[in-house]
Amino acid sequence: MKSKNSGQREKGTKLLSVRNLHVEGFSDERWHPIVRGVDLSLKRGEVLGLIGESGAGKSTIGLAAMGYAKPGCRITQGSILFDGIDLLAMAETARRRLRGSRIAYVAQSAAASFNPAHRLLDQTVETVVAHGIASREAANRDAMKLYRRLHLPDPDTIGFRYPHQVSGGQLQRAMTAMAMACRPDLIVFDEPTTALDVTTQVEVLASIRKIVEEFNTAAIYVTHDLAVVAQMANRIMVLRHGRTVEEAETRQMLAAPAEDYTRTLWAVRKLAKPEVPAADHLLTIDNITAAYAGKVKVLQDVSIKVPRGRTVAVVGESGSGKSTLARVITGLLPPVSGSISFAGHRLPRTLKERPKDILRRIQMIYQMPDNALNPRQTVEEVISRPLEFYLGLKGAACDRRVGELMHMIEMDENFLDRLPGELSGGQKQRICIARALAANPELIICDEVTSALDQIVQEEILKLLMRLQQEFGVSYIFITHDIATVRAIADEVVVMHQGKVVEQGLKTEILTPPHAPYTELLLSSVPEMDPDWLTKLLETRERKRVGAAN
Amino acid sequence: MNPVVRTVLQRLGLGLITLFIVTIIIFSAIAMLPGDFAKAMLGQSATPETVAAFQREIGIDRPPVERYFAWVGQIVQGDFGSSFASRTGYRRTVAEIIAPRLYNTMFLAVMTALIAVPLALGLGILAALYRNSWFDRVVNTVTLTTISFPEFFVAYMLAYLIISRDTFIGTEFAQSLPEWLAASINWVLNLVPKFPTLANISDQTPFWEHVWRAALPSITLTLVIVAHMMRMTRTAIINMLASPYIDMARLKGMSPMTIVLRHALPNAWAPIVTVIAFNLAYLIVGVVVVEVVFVYPGIGQLMVDAVKSRDVPVVQACALIFAATYILLNLTADIISIATNPRLLHPR
Repeated sequence: MKSKNSGQREKGTKLLSVRNLHVEGFSDERWHPIVRGVDLSLKRGEVLGLIGESGAGKSTIGLAAMGYAKPGCRITQGSILFDGIDLLAMAETARRRLRGSRIAYVAQSAAASFNPAHRLLDQTVETVVAHGIASREAANRDAMKLYRRLHLPDPDTIGFRYPHQVSGGQLQRAMTAMAMACRPDLIVFDEPTTALDVTTQVEVLASIRKIVEEFNTAAIYVTHDLAVVAQMANRIMVLRHGRTVEEAETRQMLAAPAEDYTRTLWAVRKLAKPEVPAADHLLTIDNITAAYAGKVKVLQDVSIKVPRGRTVAVVGESGSGKSTLARVITGLLPPVSGSISFAGHRLPRTLKERPKDILRRIQMIYQMPDNALNPRQTVEEVISRPLEFYLGLKGAACDRRVGELMHMIEMDENFLDRLPGELSGGQKQRICIARALAANPELIICDEVTSALDQIVQEEILKLLMRLQQEFGVSYIFITHDIATVRAIADEVVVMHQGKVVEQGLKTEILTPPHAPYTELLLSSVPEMDPDWLTKLLETRERKRVGAAN
Repeated sequence: MNPVVRTVLQRLGLGLITLFIVTIIIFSAIAMLPGDFAKAMLGQSATPETVAAFQREIGIDRPPVERYFAWVGQIVQGDFGSSFASRTGYRRTVAEIIAPRLYNTMFLAVMTALIAVPLALGLGILAALYRNSWFDRVVNTVTLTTISFPEFFVAYMLAYLIISRDTFIGTEFAQSLPEWLAASINWVLNLVPKFPTLANISDQTPFWEHVWRAALPSITLTLVIVAHMMRMTRTAIINMLASPYIDMARLKGMSPMTIVLRHALPNAWAPIVTVIAFNLAYLIVGVVVVEVVFVYPGIGQLMVDAVKSRDVPVVQACALIFAATYILLNLTADIISIATNPRLLHPR
């Protein structure tokens, strides 16, 4: 398919210019500013990275570049010139003709953004056909070519599948193909790899970068991960509270960030705790095999030792069985075979068989504090419930203990009568920690407790958890897919893949070469702050592939 | 086996079990009714001996369990038995009593469904598309008003409207109005087709005549059921509009109509068909009041008459048909829900 305007496509001419953009969002019965006076400009073929923590307004700016405001939002001020056309002055129907054809969008969660009712191919070519750019047959053939260029498996047939039939990484590439279908001048990528595992992320990043370069498409790349944006963008803009903090060429930004705030964005990546070898073991997992509803085995022959008063990080991609392991330890999922011993005694398999005291000694903290807290219970009710249930504390004794716990999690007692909905993500996670601590546990299982949080908040939560460990000698099983978090908090590391333990040992042993092949793949896939990291990694892998073939 | 086929067979099996349980409930409920056909027929003055003889003749002197199994055994063979109104040499089977009535009821139900379902879907889709507009509000208010009135009231109001065509101009009310106003009201009234207010039909009535005579009952029923279906269509579509893939469709530049029809509706069928099935079942089992108002010879009236005269075989057969209707329509709704869900239709 030939582009309508290939004549003007040479690199370097101005494509997008946003001036003094203001966007407001409606909540709590009034309009709040989300974006407060942002300017940005983009040349043809250029990739601009927008980075910042949640609430910085980066996605809103990405959407505004399409002349679009989410339901409940409105663009109140500013101008958006796309290829000389004022997007805000246009009629809605005219803007619709631009969307999809000249400006396309790639969403964060491909799984949620593909319509479950239609085949991938039909969705990929929808814009091409609807905007009358090509016939359905021609569009279908072109979509298959795009699938092939994006390295999707079975490019000629994958389009006939429904979204639920392909993996997350494949969906994300299919969505890139969908955006590319009309050969747009500009694509807005809104956190396209945030929901993916690091190993999958590498492949998707490589595919996106390649196709954007090939078609000389300009892009706005929205993310909260500086290392990722360093691979993708020519230029980076750091945003906070809807304002620009600083803007610079990628290499310059990484080498010499001008603002303190920019430096805090890599906070967690700099945390590193020296490991401490363990004296004895609190929990010993022996040859556990587990399965859901008698079907495929999710855990196979897993044996893990958890040292007392230390942290074991369990790492692996989604589907590796990390969370199932947590369910087996807590008794939510009785194992098919194998045994677990806790503090020298064999743990009963099921939750029902376990006495209350055992339940008290093993606590759990979840990834999503929103789902783990009852939205109708105040902070005080949440924290005093385990005190009453496990320890039988009542009245003044209970209140005193709640106060102590609030002090431990560094929160003011004013928060006690608040509901979870009135707290920030980090505060909610602190409440979950206090609830786990209230039971005086010996072991806390932390299931991805920081993955839903911003970098700075992550750092605070990790520091809090480490301090609590030093003070109370509690052991952690820390389930995560993030290697930076492992460096920050672990003493020992367990690497899991497809339900099996690949490697386990002290953190330094696991994180320094030589690695087991899967550990190598996992570690090498973690994006680094070096703008050439992805290029080098792909070259290394290609060399190895060629080397292996010879 | 394809999981969809398996699920459908499972539901079908469950439906049969439900139907079986329903036979027990129907039979026990009717057995508990006070009085019996013999006493009702023979009246107060009959001697106990005459009553006993008559009871023996129609077979209600046998123990209930035996009668139950005899009845179920007959039904399994497709025989609904004979009405108690049969005499020696003049047998009236339940089937021949019910068949014409059931046909009439089905006729009215299908006719109403053909009007009401497309109307409800259309209005629901438009209301979702122009949500919170004046159109949406008017449609919501009007449909809510029509279901808020008892159906006999709607029926009589419609009949009155038809009659007013001829009588309005002569009423005192019309004469109290200015002449031009009375004349224009009369003109508007005369735009309304002169539907028959009595839907008396027989098996000789030609097809289109049947449609013509069933028009008023059908319109009444449409007014009664359209609101529920329309509101569910609107709500189901609006719920879908909050999905990320709808945002995606907007960002792909799709028009609001395409978004609703191609992106939201295919994912909204499950709740909509459930409500449609529920309302269609009502068209068969719940229309007795409308039948009475318009003197339409449907199965509802038949059942009421049979209950009055304690003609147990007819009552049981009607109840069983009603139960089967519910089960069948809900089964169909389930199957449509499954068939419109690609996750079930195309497993990984």
